Amino acid sequence: MFQLLNTLLIGITSGAIYALMALSIVLVWRSTRVINFAQAGQALTSTFIGFQTLKYVDSFWVALAVAMIAGAAISALIEITLMRVLLKHSSSGAIAGVAPIIATLGLLEVIQATITLIWGGADSLITPPLSNTGFTIGTNTLVFSPMKLAIIAIVGILLVLLSLIVQKTSIGLSLRAAAFSPELARLAGVRVDAVRTAGWALSGATGAVAGLLLVANGNGAFSTASMEFSLLLISGFIAAVIGGLESLLGAVIGGLALGIITSFVLMYISDSLFFIAPFVILLLVLFIRPQGILGKKGGRRA
Amino acid sequence: MTLHVENLTVHHGAIQALTNVSFDVKEGELTAVIGSNGAGKSTLLRTLSGLKSASNGTASWKGHNLLHGKAESHVRHGVAHVSEGKSVIPELTVEENLDLGALWRRNKNESASTKREVFDLFPRLEERRKQNTETLSGGERQMLAIGRALMSKPELLLLDEPSLGLAPLLVKQIFEAIVNVTKQYGLSVVLVEQNAMGALAIANSGIVLNLGTIATTGSAQELISNPAVRAAYLGY
Repeated sequence: MFQLLNTLLIGITSGAIYALMALSIVLVWRSTRVINFAQAGQALTSTFIGFQTLKYVDSFWVALAVAMIAGAAISALIEITLMRVLLKHSSSGAIAGVAPIIATLGLLEVIQATITLIWGGADSLITPPLSNTGFTIGTNTLVFSPMKLAIIAIVGILLVLLSLIVQKTSIGLSLRAAAFSPELARLAGVRVDAVRTAGWALSGATGAVAGLLLVANGNGAFSTASMEFSLLLISGFIAAVIGGLESLLGAVIGGLALGIITSFVLMYISDSLFFIAPFVILLLVLFIRPQGILGKKGGRRA
Repeated sequence: MTLHVENLTVHHGAIQALTNVSFDVKEGELTAVIGSNGAGKSTLLRTLSGLKSASNGTASWKGHNLLHGKAESHVRHGVAHVSEGKSVIPELTVEENLDLGALWRRNKNESASTKREVFDLFPRLEERRKQNTETLSGGERQMLAIGRALMSKPELLLLDEPSLGLAPLLVKQIFEAIVNVTKQYGLSVVLVEQNAMGALAIANSGIVLNLGTIATTGSAQELISNPAVRAAYLGY
């Protein structure tokens, strides 16, 4: 019983972080119909910028805010300088639709090389702002800690904020219109290019939070070689696909499901399945429900 | 002359879709553009609204160059385009589709009163304001498309086949609605139609397009009584 609770809470926490990455992927997908593999690199860059900020300001939360702003700026810059041009050049022919995605793979390598140049390849350390010592129930100590509780709360708040932005604001309406029908959006007067940039910026800020929380959820150590960051991208992508790739709520459900299932597999089956479990889940979903949990068959969601 | 088009030439790749098209539309007038499939009618509207670029010629609305800049900037100069095939976004609600048309307008009070006018014009849209657009009938979608265009407070309305795929009774309603809004807002209208008779019946003047060039122009009455036009496009 105690182990069950522990496993569940660990799963929810890592699932919440996957969910953030999935949200970040969905926002880019909805803005430009591109899967951005460079997002792992962007999240890592934002995390390093947070790390750098901590050298001057002794507050994780200030560093988080700075990382979010930097993440948004970097992401917007990539959209303006790279994606806009690539999408224009590859609008037809065999390369159409593929070129921008392959380009993001190249960009991922460039970003990682740049980070290594600036911060080196060795481990850097961010001290988690809250205790990672678990809560105690009676005489038992859970793995679930104040830090993990905060992570879940932050993800919840971000989901609500993003949903409000997308569903209730003008920029959200523009985002949805531009995603579903760029041509009609233009005819209605929406500045589609600017809206796409805004979508990428939101995605960049969300990815930055995912990066810093990922580090804070562990022992605080990270580097360009961190396996966790590669896994974050893959898990986020899988979670986004499980959620139907269009829906913010779907991305969060996908992330939580992935986190919980992976956690149970590790605890009750074998921890050697750590790298395989997410892919098995992805394959199962694609076989049984290719449109994702909240995706509609052949349709799209607002 | 408020809409001025001169020697407009447009290509689809290697194919010349429009050749040296010239015409004018006076303020407050409705001009029907008729012609068979592939005559270049939709291309003409897509070029005027900024969705497609021209190879040659000029086109301007009250001095604003329509061949330069994107569709979203033409909207800000009073040009609204209802593109072919129910130009609405099915994933949004009825009200969101309308709101979208006025997002760029700074004065939110004015936008709200325009929405009030659109709802008065098409009461069905108000009944269904919270519904997903997917659930609307073809006629309702066309009303919504026109309503969305009105939300941007246009002066020039470009309508592409509003009667397409509608039952005869609905076609009549849509044409009546077009006449109403034209009068109510003093709009200039370019109406592209396969339904030549219906379009000419409500138009001031007409243009017959054939294989990308202007075959005939004249007042709507002249075209209706022109034997060649009648034989080719009116079917009697």
